[in-house]
Amino acid sequence: MALEAKVIEIIMEQLGVTREECVPEASFIDDLGADSLDIVELIMEMEENFSIQIADDELDKIRTIQDIIDFLKTKGVK
Amino acid sequence: MALRLARPGSFLYVNFNRNETAAREALAKIRELGGDGELCRFDVADHHAVQEAVKRIIAERGHIDTLINNAGIWMGGLIVRIKESLWDQVIDTNLKGTFNCCQAVTRHMIRRCSGRIINVSSLIGEAGNAGDSVYAAAKGGIIGLTKSLARELGSRNICVNAVAPGLIETDMTAAFPADAKKDLEKEIPLGRLGSPEDVAGLVAFLASEAAAYITGQVIRVNGGLYM
Repeated sequence: MALEAKVIEIIMEQLGVTREECVPEASFIDDLGADSLDIVELIMEMEENFSIQIADDELDKIRTIQDIIDFLKTKGVK
Repeated sequence: MALRLARPGSFLYVNFNRNETAAREALAKIRELGGDGELCRFDVADHHAVQEAVKRIIAERGHIDTLINNAGIWMGGLIVRIKESLWDQVIDTNLKGTFNCCQAVTRHMIRRCSGRIINVSSLIGEAGNAGDSVYAAAKGGIIGLTKSLARELGSRNICVNAVAPGLIETDMTAAFPADAKKDLEKEIPLGRLGSPEDVAGLVAFLASEAAAYITGQVIRVNGGLYM
């Protein structure tokens, strides 16, 4: 499965949102109704799924779906 | 403590670190009361051991409804005499141990949008006591931890409370000289030391459905010794 599709699947599952809502520029807090705890959970889910570690200061930069995909790519996730 | 929570259908993991006999007795009584359970042995001060134990419990039972943090040690002395190693030991078991167990269960409870955490603080954590600065620091720390977690986790329907027992009949207070005990009793409006059941009743209440709207509180069970 492509990285984008996998990420969107995790987001749909974690936040209970539809595929249509998961556009790349969608903001977790403003568009997808997430709170800070949701984002932490989402990040932990990404860490588990992709076997990576995300530091707290990196976490602050992640606001949209595209941010998370770009971030995972910089970590070498394919 | 476990006994007041035991009822048909309940399953309790009784953790112990040193006193296996007491843990076995508790488990036997839980079974008498129609509940079931299991012993587990890990040191709450050991972050990794706690993570592993909680993982195993969730794998075995599928979920954890309630966490009760009652592991604690009471050691101290006047501040001029306290060794650094004693400070570390008391903080590690009483405060870090509580943190370790809370952290290990929260992700699971967040996912379920349900859970109860009951932390055992102490009268000394609120009022302080000469010769108990380390213990007071740890038990007072538990109160701050409790209130912060109540705020962090409230949106996920997780209630986090602390209980603050006063003088309770335990091995520790049994060692008090009879005269000292009498003097202490005079200070307590209800005129007696508390029993372990007095504390357990409160904990069982906080774990029950009746306490669903209580979070971030420190509830004292001390016979009126501190108000």
